[in-house]
Amino acid sequence: MPSAIYHLKLTERLWSHKALLAGICCIGVLAFATIFSNMISGYDPVAQGDLLTDRYLEPTSEHPFGTDKFGRDLLSRVLYGGRISLTIAFSVVFLTATIGLLYGTLSGYLGGLTDSVMMRFVDFLLAFPSIFIVITVVAIFEMNHWLLIPILSLTSWMETARIVRTEVLTLKERDFISAAKGLGYTPVRILFEHIIPNSMTPVIVAATLKVGEVILLESALSFLGLGVQSPTPSWGNIINDGREVLMTAWWVSTFPGLFIAMSVMSFNLIGDGLRQALSPSR
Amino acid sequence: MSGFILRRLGAALLVVWGVLSLSFIFLQMAPGDPSSMYTRPGTDQKTVEHIRQQMGLDLPVWQQYLVWSREFCTGNFGTSFMQQRPVSEIFAEAIPNTLRLTVVVFVLQLVIGILLGVLTAIKRDSSLDFILSSVLLFLYSMPGFWLGLMAIMVFSLTLGWLPSSQMQSLVIPDGTLPILWDRIRHLILPASVLAAPLAAHVARFVRASLIEVLAQNYIRTARAYGISRWKILFKYALKNALLPLTALFGVYLPFLLAGAVITEYVFAWPGFGMVTVNAIFAHDFPVILASNFVAAIAVVAGNLISDLLSRAVDPRIRLEPGS
Repeated sequence: MPSAIYHLKLTERLWSHKALLAGICCIGVLAFATIFSNMISGYDPVAQGDLLTDRYLEPTSEHPFGTDKFGRDLLSRVLYGGRISLTIAFSVVFLTATIGLLYGTLSGYLGGLTDSVMMRFVDFLLAFPSIFIVITVVAIFEMNHWLLIPILSLTSWMETARIVRTEVLTLKERDFISAAKGLGYTPVRILFEHIIPNSMTPVIVAATLKVGEVILLESALSFLGLGVQSPTPSWGNIINDGREVLMTAWWVSTFPGLFIAMSVMSFNLIGDGLRQALSPSR
Repeated sequence: MSGFILRRLGAALLVVWGVLSLSFIFLQMAPGDPSSMYTRPGTDQKTVEHIRQQMGLDLPVWQQYLVWSREFCTGNFGTSFMQQRPVSEIFAEAIPNTLRLTVVVFVLQLVIGILLGVLTAIKRDSSLDFILSSVLLFLYSMPGFWLGLMAIMVFSLTLGWLPSSQMQSLVIPDGTLPILWDRIRHLILPASVLAAPLAAHVARFVRASLIEVLAQNYIRTARAYGISRWKILFKYALKNALLPLTALFGVYLPFLLAGAVITEYVFAWPGFGMVTVNAIFAHDFPVILASNFVAAIAVVAGNLISDLLSRAVDPRIRLEPGS
């Protein structure tokens, strides 16, 4: 029996690491392609082609993903759009992780009444139908995709805060923290040198999974015309461009969707893989 | 118990009030006057004033807020700027359509999700598990509106099997059965598209939960007693593995609603989501406010139901979080 259990764990671990590696490779390729998009496609993503001859060209070696209704090269639009979608996603996740980390650490470390009040506030915010609020806010203010970053961040830091707080509550009771207190370290030093670094693992896992969530949310908003605005491409608004021509130009909507699916899948693989690789108890 | 329910209701009302106030503040901060959308440029000032008065936009902000709050509490959501009729009337038409879609999706999501979750859990680490889990990961990771467009492209435009939009045909067929069949045909695509990522989520959850339960001691004991595999699975393991799912019902509700918004937009399904999206495009403030309100109520009610359900199915769960 022990050997069987050992074997199971080993294969599971290998699998998780394989998934992790696959995810990291995919993201690596994607990041490389979006960063060096102008070298790969050789076209300007917003430059219009000849409206008589270049509209809705089928995928060929010249335009691997075809062209859209303005004769713009779709490959360069998808890659450049990916740069925008990924930048938004990473910025939002960086902000949510930072806000959540600070809020959760503070709440957990201070404890007592402050902790209760701070956590009730988180409960209150978590009960909000945040997606509707995001849609409303984005619809009402002048649409600008840099505005998406603070809005999406402000509506999604609460989960991280909760995770961090739980982590800090258990860390606080550990001996090395008492030792640090006994040595007369200031609370700020204890927080930044001992508590925050030790509560990073679940934050990293949650943040990785969050990247995928934000990509999906941003693409949905841009698809509705509430996110990134044309002519600036993003995966969501390119899919919307192809909505009217599904029959005659299938490539416009299909390719950006595949890119969204691939990137979100990779982040989910990395998140799940990290969770398993970083917590040996499972 | 009743004290608990009262406290939770109080908290729920607080959230609903918060949502209302927040969206009111947002709408006030919005640039541009909504009345300008309903008057042609160059309309004389008197007419514009009249329209503003009609829409209640001439009052000071705090009065607008008070009027709105009072009206909301009495169930009067005002008049839509765009459609010139009561918002409650628009919602009364739209919400049943959304319910029809979401109830079907919820059932589909649970049935398919649980089936696939159990299948991948008992066939764990096999090639079937690998393939199914990969498909589930894909469904869970792709954008629903894109899947909708792809489904329209394949099943409506290319194969011509299913209608791509609306809830029924323009020419409604005669007889009860043909009408029912017509409705079902229109429901298949949007329901499957909305259910796919949610079912994938349920399946992943059930798989993890069942694997954990199957590793527990009482299951090993049951096996040692020689009880058959299937009896162990269905009688002992599944019950405990599916319990935590009830806590997720409340979590799925906002996802269902948000998914319905975008699915309805893709499939031109005349429901709550379609109304919301159109209102946002037209800056139709009363409808936007009412949509937020309805969504808030739905989410809060979902959370409440899921708390009570968790409590009902598992008495070990304490009602006072944090105490």
